[in-house]
Amino acid sequence: MAGFRATSDGVTARFAKPEAVIIRDLVGQVVELVAADMPPPASDDLAALVGLTEDPGLADDAGLPEDPVLARLLPDGYRDDPDAAHEFRRFTESGLRSAKVESARTLLDTLPAGGGKVRLSSDQAEAWLRSLNDVRLALGVRLGVTDDYDGLGEDVQADDPRYAYIQVYQWLAYIQESLVAALS
Amino acid sequence: MSVAPVEVSRPETDQRAELDQPWLTIVWNDPVNLMDYVTYVFQRVFGYSKAKAEKLMLDVHHKGRAVVAAGAREAMERNAETLHGYGLWATVSHDA
Repeated sequence: MAGFRATSDGVTARFAKPEAVIIRDLVGQVVELVAADMPPPASDDLAALVGLTEDPGLADDAGLPEDPVLARLLPDGYRDDPDAAHEFRRFTESGLRSAKVESARTLLDTLPAGGGKVRLSSDQAEAWLRSLNDVRLALGVRLGVTDDYDGLGEDVQADDPRYAYIQVYQWLAYIQESLVAALS
Repeated sequence: MSVAPVEVSRPETDQRAELDQPWLTIVWNDPVNLMDYVTYVFQRVFGYSKAKAEKLMLDVHHKGRAVVAAGAREAMERNAETLHGYGLWATVSHDA
């Protein structure tokens, strides 16, 4: 694929079927992760009614998620202040999770499972950017990408299970970059 | 990416001191986020010029972090929330 480019009616790109399958699969995995332990709708109606809880779904001890991918997708809002970080999370985490699921849904709605041409409005393109970025963050954590290691290490041979994912990780960076360029 | 915070009790803050000293939105370096993307997000979220957004992005990249906004605490928290939506690693702080 040649990446996204700006046209008179939005940004467009063409995806081959295997490309669409890979992206949809990875985006679906992020949705599963982010939505997995999403707080259920308020069950204690009375408490909600009298305003006893701001966010009934989040436990009082809600902290940085244990899963390193989730921890990266839903980071702390304060670095050296656990109380403030806790409060911040209580008020923002469920909204952040919903926003990530929403962006992913937009991507899935606009990327045909069989591949083909994708044409995005600016709002849809924003959703793609966020969603592709979430996928790259997730892959980056799982691949152990650091400042010193960008996943390109020659120590990873073709028979290494990480090999294919490194290729995908780089390919997604290319797509995301082309989308940023098309929007700029 | 994130270091477990050390347990410390939070001292009562002086209201006047809070008014005098603005709160900050800080963005931390991240090995995954693309430079062009980070620049784009700074332009989009804060309405910064491309030149300013690029400078901040490079500060994040080279210095490990950059103060991207300063002001009232609530506004800085909204910034952090918005930046988390874009996948940037942002925190709120009261001192640089």
